[in-house]
Amino acid sequence: MNYKEHKSEPFWWGMFSQGGVIAALLIPIHIFLGGIAVHLGLIDAELMSHERLTGLLQNPLVKLYLCVLLIFTLYHAAHRIRFTLAEIGLHSLAKVLPFLCYGGALVGTAVVLYILWVLF
Amino acid sequence: MSDHKTIKITVLRYRPEEEDAPTEQTYEVEFRDDWVVLDALNHIKDHIDGTLSFRWSCRMGVCGSCGMMVNGEPKLTCAAMLRDYYPKEVRVEPLVNFPIVRDLVTDMTDFMDKLKAVKPWIIREEEKPVSEGEYRQTPDQLKDYKQFSQCINCMLCYAACPVYGLEHDFVGPAAIALGHRYNLDSRDEGIQQRQHVIASKEGIWECTYVGECSVVCPKHVDPAEAIQQTKVATTTNRFKSLVMPWGNKT
Ligand code: SF4
Ligand code: FES
Repeated sequence: MNYKEHKSEPFWWGMFSQGGVIAALLIPIHIFLGGIAVHLGLIDAELMSHERLTGLLQNPLVKLYLCVLLIFTLYHAAHRIRFTLAEIGLHSLAKVLPFLCYGGALVGTAVVLYILWVLF
Repeated sequence: MSDHKTIKITVLRYRPEEEDAPTEQTYEVEFRDDWVVLDALNHIKDHIDGTLSFRWSCRMGVCGSCGMMVNGEPKLTCAAMLRDYYPKEVRVEPLVNFPIVRDLVTDMTDFMDKLKAVKPWIIREEEKPVSEGEYRQTPDQLKDYKQFSQCINCMLCYAACPVYGLEHDFVGPAAIALGHRYNLDSRDEGIQQRQHVIASKEGIWECTYVGECSVVCPKHVDPAEAIQQTKVATTTNRFKSLVMPWGNKT
């Protein structure tokens, strides 16, 4: 066997693991706030209204926060999906899966940036 | 006084000169409270059927040669008490994920090649002369790698690892943990010579942190943790070398 150090994998894995931390810590808070707390009446629906939230987007810090939240989790998902697909039998696609999955995350990144910086 | 309790042991048989595919054979042996599965196998071999083949040596969990599947789980048969299964029957099969040579004996070549590839020995750029004495180590430096040095090469972790089952090129838990053990050793200077194996596509990056290796390891080596630590260290170094290309490379 001729082994070769894999130079790009640490980058993808780094994004995956950071994304994992963010997904595990922050996403549940958002699900709780937007998906549960409002409907249970725990927080005032006005606070989560569309106008108010889009207003918040004028703050560059909020944009930055959303970037981190969304972009890292996209790479987390891409990496998971890549390995899951390979392991459930799409082994023959092992070479193209990284392009498809990380490519998807790259497109997602562009979409996030477009929405945050061009649309708002 | 023995009360003549018995237990059924079903064993996978494979005699390549006689049959094309493995079959199974059931033996009924006396059940003894203080017997391990290996004792029952030895009893079969000595008193019932001398043709049964399996590996063992120390009978005390140090040689690592008696690993088999016991009721579907990778186990050291010298540490698997029969009473934990009694009165149910016990199925003994060779470790999965390895080719069978004969009966319960598997072909370990693949593991041996991988072990060699990670150079599990102390590498020095230059040996100091014997007259300068031994390489000293503090208890803390010993603690850094001690856990990973407990491996007895029993290969239970390879039998437990679903990734190795799918991807035979995977360097695998024990070999990576042993490479890591030497990388962590303060006397060692060989990390560069192992990195291309350990941090290859077939190395740490193949692992998806299932963690079964650490569950079955009889020596609490925690190979999954070794792989995780190596991933973190390799990633940190990679980012560091991107941000500070002039910095020290490890
Ligand atoms: S890491 Fe544990 S399970 Fe794997 S070969 Fe070593 S002792 Fe056996
Ligand atoms: S016989 Fe040596 S470990 Fe079981």
